[in-house]
Amino acid sequence: MSAITRDEVAHLARLSRLALADDELDHLAAQLDQIISAVARVQEAAAEDIPPSSHALPLTNVYRADEVRPSLTPEQALSGAPAAEEQRFRVPRILDEEA
Amino acid sequence: MTESASTDTLMPYDEALEKYEPVLGIETHIELGTASKMFCGCPTGFGAEPNTQVCPVCLGLPGALPVTNRAAIEGIIKIGLALNCDIVEWCRFARKNYFYPDMPKNFQISQYDEPLCVDGHLDVQVEGETYRIEIERVHMEEDTGKSLHVGGATGRIHGADHSLVDYNRAGIPLVEIVTKPITATGEKAPLVARAYATELRELVRSLGVSDVRMEQGSMRCDVNVSLMPRGASEWGTRTETKNVNSLRSVERSVRSEIERQAGVLDAGGRIVQETRHFHEDTGATTSGRSKEEAQDYRYFPEPDLVPMAPPREWVEELRATLPELPAARRARVQREWRLSDMELRDVVNAGALDLIEETIAAGADAGAARKWWMNELSRRATEQGAELAELPITPAQVARVQEMITAGELNDKLARQVFAGVLAGEGTPDEVVAARGLKIVSDEGELVAIIDQVIADNPDVADKVRGGKVNAVGALIGPIMKATGGKADAGRARQLILERLGAS
Amino acid sequence: MGGGHGMASSGDLAGRTAAELAELVASGQTSAAEVARAHLDRVAAVDGRVNAFLHVDEDAVLAQARRVDERIAAGENPGPLAGVPIAHKDVFTTTDMPTTAGSKILEGWRPPYDSTVTARLREAGLVILGKTNMDEFAMGSSTENSAYGVTRNPWDLDRIPGGSSGGSSAAVAAYEAPLATGTDTGGSIRQPAAVTGIVGTKPTYGGSSRYGVIAFASSLDTPGPFARNVLDAALLHEAFSGHDRMDATSIDEPVPAVVEAARRADVAGMTVGVVKEFAAGEGAQQGVLDRFNEAVELLESLGAKVVEVSCPNFTYALPAYYLIAPSECSSNLARFDAMRYGLRVGDDGTRSAEEVMALTRAEGFGAEVKRRIMLGTYALSSGYYDAYYGKAQQIRTLVSRDFAAAYDRVDVLVSPTTPTTAFPIGERADDPMAMYLADLYTIPSNLAGNASISVPCGLADEDGLPVGLQIMAPVLGDDRVYRVGAAVEKALEDRWGGPLLAKAPELVEAAK
Repeated sequence: MSAITRDEVAHLARLSRLALADDELDHLAAQLDQIISAVARVQEAAAEDIPPSSHALPLTNVYRADEVRPSLTPEQALSGAPAAEEQRFRVPRILDEEA
Repeated sequence: MTESASTDTLMPYDEALEKYEPVLGIETHIELGTASKMFCGCPTGFGAEPNTQVCPVCLGLPGALPVTNRAAIEGIIKIGLALNCDIVEWCRFARKNYFYPDMPKNFQISQYDEPLCVDGHLDVQVEGETYRIEIERVHMEEDTGKSLHVGGATGRIHGADHSLVDYNRAGIPLVEIVTKPITATGEKAPLVARAYATELRELVRSLGVSDVRMEQGSMRCDVNVSLMPRGASEWGTRTETKNVNSLRSVERSVRSEIERQAGVLDAGGRIVQETRHFHEDTGATTSGRSKEEAQDYRYFPEPDLVPMAPPREWVEELRATLPELPAARRARVQREWRLSDMELRDVVNAGALDLIEETIAAGADAGAARKWWMNELSRRATEQGAELAELPITPAQVARVQEMITAGELNDKLARQVFAGVLAGEGTPDEVVAARGLKIVSDEGELVAIIDQVIADNPDVADKVRGGKVNAVGALIGPIMKATGGKADAGRARQLILERLGAS
Repeated sequence: MGGGHGMASSGDLAGRTAAELAELVASGQTSAAEVARAHLDRVAAVDGRVNAFLHVDEDAVLAQARRVDERIAAGENPGPLAGVPIAHKDVFTTTDMPTTAGSKILEGWRPPYDSTVTARLREAGLVILGKTNMDEFAMGSSTENSAYGVTRNPWDLDRIPGGSSGGSSAAVAAYEAPLATGTDTGGSIRQPAAVTGIVGTKPTYGGSSRYGVIAFASSLDTPGPFARNVLDAALLHEAFSGHDRMDATSIDEPVPAVVEAARRADVAGMTVGVVKEFAAGEGAQQGVLDRFNEAVELLESLGAKVVEVSCPNFTYALPAYYLIAPSECSSNLARFDAMRYGLRVGDDGTRSAEEVMALTRAEGFGAEVKRRIMLGTYALSSGYYDAYYGKAQQIRTLVSRDFAAAYDRVDVLVSPTTPTTAFPIGERADDPMAMYLADLYTIPSNLAGNASISVPCGLADEDGLPVGLQIMAPVLGDDRVYRVGAAVEKALEDRWGGPLLAKAPELVEAAK
């Protein structure tokens, strides 16, 4: 049995904003299936009741003072923009409101 | 999505409430008024030129990293404490992943299942009744940029052919306050929602952590509404009305959504779980994005930021800095100023509480301070379309005017002229009095001469007074004030008239 | 063959160590400009074959070098590496050079800010020679995943130089630069160092700043040094390390005394643990195991006490890593969306932002990056989170506990750096699981944030290619790995009569 279906792979591509061609999807589906089957080994570890670690080190409470520091100039900010207009980033039309 | 467009038949409100019980939930976003952004040193001022308050961090440039602003965390802890929340011992930021052009990293740094503040409450009053709004959580996150939609009608997103994005607001600290479901409010639901938003705004304002200006978006409400048939125990499907941007709209959007949902349900339809948008002009909501295909935000702990474990001493230090909160303050003021519930409500609604208190602190008595702010100055503010607090006059100046009245140097009519002068930018009350020559006429000889002349001009009235009709004397005061240009002390003039007519 | 390397015309400056170069510049025997010139000449001579560099601007390099000379002439002492050239992995932002992370999606991007590492090294008077090739977004173990062509191993131009920091390892091994930076997320410094016969360190996580390092997996990424010897690596390590207030995960503690430790170079009284699970050598090349076992014997002969240590959860480290790193990368790489910088594809005036994002990302990212984004998206999805990402994080805890238990008994742990020597280009290109095995031994240190180093320990008998010895120490135990690494290096160089790299074939000959 495969670990992941092609439909699921197509759904992941949509979530990841990757416009993949059919053949690319097929190829990826096979590879992901192989990889996921392999990494599923994590479920064999005796990890019940073990606290998860999201970080490498147990640091806490790192804050900065509420001080203003220099911003970029608008020219610097927009320097890499594929398109700009009226000192703003020009982007293609947005389909729908989000969150 | 089409089923919930403008074609919905609304059910009259009273009928809707007879059949259904509304359940509300309110999510409020408040931008904190820190000097710098949530995770970088960019300034936060409102209305700057586009993309002038951005840096690698808030633009999400490759390689840039966030560092948490301590003042923002202090701000949210204060809000949590003021809402009677527990401040958790340990929590993390999480990434909320979704793509949107106004969000530079395509994830929002937020909090997921580990909010900083939990389990609080806020009591609100509606028509003399107290409703306890339970607070589920208060968490910290960052704001997004702003898009201008170009090419469509009136800047709307639909029909636009491209958009222009300004990231100045991206990364502004944002506190989200989420209520537990608000039940058993019946037909008061819209009023309770409004009262909650109002009280929350007052509370946050009193803490000094945000300017909570709904019209500028520094406070925004998302209102969840669902209906269940009377007598049922299971809640209905809810809709979420986004970015409701005034207190009045909070009330109206709840009301309109109740009417709409009742209409849909009554016609045998079902409520679609979706985002809706409130329109100020029509007072109705329209459908936004359907949430039926649930978004998968793939939350996970933010690896670039370390967990927060606010030391208890820090929390207690912050608790000690909390000011007198609005509810306690209102109770005290009502007692000290001897106000009726109605009078208190008027003062609060006028935003005059601070001003009156400061005027009293500057030496005026409570009655006079309230009278000037609530009458003359409120009228002036209304004329100018301004908030009371925006008038160019200070509580100390109001107190000074009242001091002159008490000393007999001004009467109420002259005082109004002094206020007019101060508001017109002519200077301090003393400067206006001097420049306009507004001091009461205190040269008795001059006043007596005018009185004699007025008595001579009005023999009928004089006779009445001589005949014992003392109240008739009022008819003579007017001409005297007119002759003195309003500068006579009306009380003294009355006394002199009575003396001269032998009626005292 | 030592000392050849076709550098005679440059007065052998390109053959010198960083410490020697700094001394020559400081004492006025040469200038930063001459040192830079010599290395530029070497780059011009060999990089056409090695392809270590993505960007070299000769005039800008010489201008930088002259500024360093001016600072020194003005009496300033920029630091112990002033005037030494360095190559930066193209993952560090630089204001005066493009920064691409090896990806087409960032082709030509000029960052408006410098990374902390590059900024500190400029301040310390190092001269940036250029930016080096890498696996796209640091995902890979061979540098074949670069959008800008493969980099070749100077020992055998048909083989990979390791990855993801393969441009940096190749540049140092080919004497194009005495020093280079890299980043190590699962082994991306140690593995390329091992397969090119040089020294590479993964410092303690949080010991070196990630600010301005284009992120792959934030909780694992660690900038670190490459050099041809342990002391040079320590000098570079010390020059860019230390607390950075721009990186919230940076450790606010003094930098361990790594230079002092590298100079000390002894193991007397130390206990060295051999990781049982890695010494067993499942899937490892015999020549690698032979050299490793000899290195362990050497440590014993130098006065270390050697014990075997079991770290049972290390066997789960690889699958855990291939869930954690892709999960974080799926989020970190979301920002490459064609809106604010980088490539934009398909914006024809009719397509929506959403479509343009998806087209751009499909065209701008290479196959491995897409695989990992998809894998990470999967691991974080509702319904799979607990079974994949969540489990992986629990294993992370278990791996850290294994290390902690081991360090109760030993000062350092050792293993081979990588199971095999450099493999032929193309061999594993479309076999992700085989490629992932290259990081088998290096990943545990990343999960636990440990300090680790790879030092050369000889050539495998089968193919005559370099083998690396990995030395691991606890968080902030960076000095220990340099101390042990330097001791091994000293003893082996005595035995070999010079550095391992002296055994490398002449590049010019190899190109024939």
